[in-house]
Amino acid sequence: MIEEMERDERVFLMGEEVGHYQGAYKVSEGMLEKFGERRVVDTPIAEGGFAGVGVGAAMVGLRPIIEFMTWNFSAVAFDQILNNAAKLRQMSGGQFNCPIVFRGPNASARQVGSQHSHAMEHFYATIPGVKVVAPAFVDDAKGLMKAAIRDDNPVLVMESETLYSLKGEIADDLDVVPMGKARLVREGADCTIVSYSRMTHVAVEAAAALEKEKISVEIVDLRSLRPLDEDAIVASVQKTHRCVVVHEGWPYGGVGAEVADRVQRLAFDWLEAPVLRVATLDVPMPYNAKLEQLCMPQPDRVIAAVKRVVNRGRGRG
Amino acid sequence: MSQSDTQQIPQQESPLTRPSGQLDHLADLYRQMLLIRRVEEEAARAYAQGKIGGFLHLYIGQEAVAVGSIAALKPEDYVVTTYRDHGVALAKGMSARALMAELFGKATGCSKGLGGSMHMFDAQTNMLGGYGIVGGHIPLAAGVAFASKYRADGRVTLCYFGEGAVSIGGFHEGVSLAALWKLPIVFICENNEYSMGTPLSRSMSVEDVSMKALGYGIDRDRFFVEDVLDVEQRIGEAVQRAREMSLPTLVEVRTYRFRGHSMSDPAKYRTQQELEERKKKDPLFRARVKLVDEGYGESRLKALEEAIEAEVADAVEFANTSPEPDPSLLESTTYDGPFAA
Ligand SMILES: Cc1ncc(C[n+]2csc(CCOP(=O)(O)OP(=O)(O)O)c2C)c(N)n1
Ligand SMILES: [Mg+2]
Repeated sequence: MIEEMERDERVFLMGEEVGHYQGAYKVSEGMLEKFGERRVVDTPIAEGGFAGVGVGAAMVGLRPIIEFMTWNFSAVAFDQILNNAAKLRQMSGGQFNCPIVFRGPNASARQVGSQHSHAMEHFYATIPGVKVVAPAFVDDAKGLMKAAIRDDNPVLVMESETLYSLKGEIADDLDVVPMGKARLVREGADCTIVSYSRMTHVAVEAAAALEKEKISVEIVDLRSLRPLDEDAIVASVQKTHRCVVVHEGWPYGGVGAEVADRVQRLAFDWLEAPVLRVATLDVPMPYNAKLEQLCMPQPDRVIAAVKRVVNRGRGRG
Repeated sequence: MSQSDTQQIPQQESPLTRPSGQLDHLADLYRQMLLIRRVEEEAARAYAQGKIGGFLHLYIGQEAVAVGSIAALKPEDYVVTTYRDHGVALAKGMSARALMAELFGKATGCSKGLGGSMHMFDAQTNMLGGYGIVGGHIPLAAGVAFASKYRADGRVTLCYFGEGAVSIGGFHEGVSLAALWKLPIVFICENNEYSMGTPLSRSMSVEDVSMKALGYGIDRDRFFVEDVLDVEQRIGEAVQRAREMSLPTLVEVRTYRFRGHSMSDPAKYRTQQELEERKKKDPLFRARVKLVDEGYGESRLKALEEAIEAEVADAVEFANTSPEPDPSLLESTTYDGPFAA
């Protein structure tokens, strides 16, 4: 964000506690000091209001970054994203663009209960007119953020509170990571796991355990949910013949269902087993620590799903 | 002007005698109001013929609000309004052709036939659109004004909404942020006494919308729309406050729509007598009477009116004969750049 704000005067950051407080999760630490109150704008608690302000400012040529303290609170700004940001270009016959970034931590944190644990990407990825990205690694977080800021469309960046502490190397020459390109995290032969954001790390853990049992897993980290890298998913499934999708959020509809549809449509002849989904259990997120862990996708559930599809294929073959 | 000054409700009547340049100016405002009225009457006819679909919310009766307020603007200033947007679009300078073609869903419409009656947009005249979700455009309008302040471009934004919008969260958040950040915007509540079929008495605990300004600590104004020149002057004060001091104002203008909420509404919730009473005070008619009384000349008026008839007929003909939009437009107007799926 800092690099992009240095590069382009039109870019500014707006949200609750982004300035003086240095960010609810310290994401914007030091930015107020560097850019001043004009470009790092603290807002009152009015998500619908400041999301709308961002849309209006974008419409006339600024490039706002709107932070939701968490994506949970974007529900009260849903109308601004759905009806204004996503539709301006089409409603105006292409006369107006909305180059805006909405960003913030998404999905479960730790024991914050049912109202603060939503995986909101499923609601947003269904909307034509917006793009949705959900990085799992630090270099992707940076590169996709840059791509989002430079894009002329509304881009929603789904971060993860539990990944904020993740450390990693970023190449000096890293610039933009293009949206719509998945990342092959791990090569394998027996089953493809499609995942994104924090769940990619769960998939990596599961894959390591499965390797000990001689099951070789390939991991496709989507990075971007809309546009979706259909080619990468299909290419991997053509190789492994099996697919498990792992994501947070409820199983009904959603990104996993979308991936499953594409796989059955585009790679039907290569499939040895049904596509399975490992998602958050179909209930509101409970507070109790054990029950919360039970609801969230864990490596053991991923391992079980992979074994199911792998064994089915072997049984038949 | 201090806050307490504007919080008084000034006198209604404006002096009847005006300098002669003013008469030509009034004639121009009359011309714009008449254009809106005649375009919409023809739109209603086309709707009955099935040439226009969906919702059609007519502005007939309220023309003096758009025309008077926009007369107080510079071309580079912005306007943002509701689905009842034809008057604002025309007053801001959009052509009758582009408007009628949009209503007909044609490729030559302002939004290429993709927006329709409720979504008139015109980048050239800084008409930033008509919006269909009640109150949803109010924060957006504040954002446009935010951009003006950010860039110090000296532009003012006018944001129109009905009194029905005052109850929804978007109004509160938009006005309160504009007040907090001292944005150069004028919020114009077109209080036409009905929100669909709900009269004021059943929609608001306090009928005086402008009172809300007190809670936000911004200037307010409130008046009944009778004379388009009054509208220009009163909104002009708020525009000046926005431009020179970067301060928002909430202005409630009391007006009245002569047609139903939309074409499908027979407006049974009000009496014929009430409607007739209000029609007698039609600001459009009043402007014409004034032009005659003050010696603009019947023959010049006739010429002006004939020119409007020709312009409207041309717009209808243009809309009728224009091509439909091509399906290839759908993806390219959804994203700038490659389609994201
Ligand atoms: C959020 C929302 N709720 C309901 C509607 C349906 N609706 C459209 S116009 C309208 C009445 C609005 O009245 P008012 O704000 O007074 O404006 P007017 O139509 O009188 O110009 C309603 C209820 C809507 N468009 N948006
Ligand atoms: Mg009304």
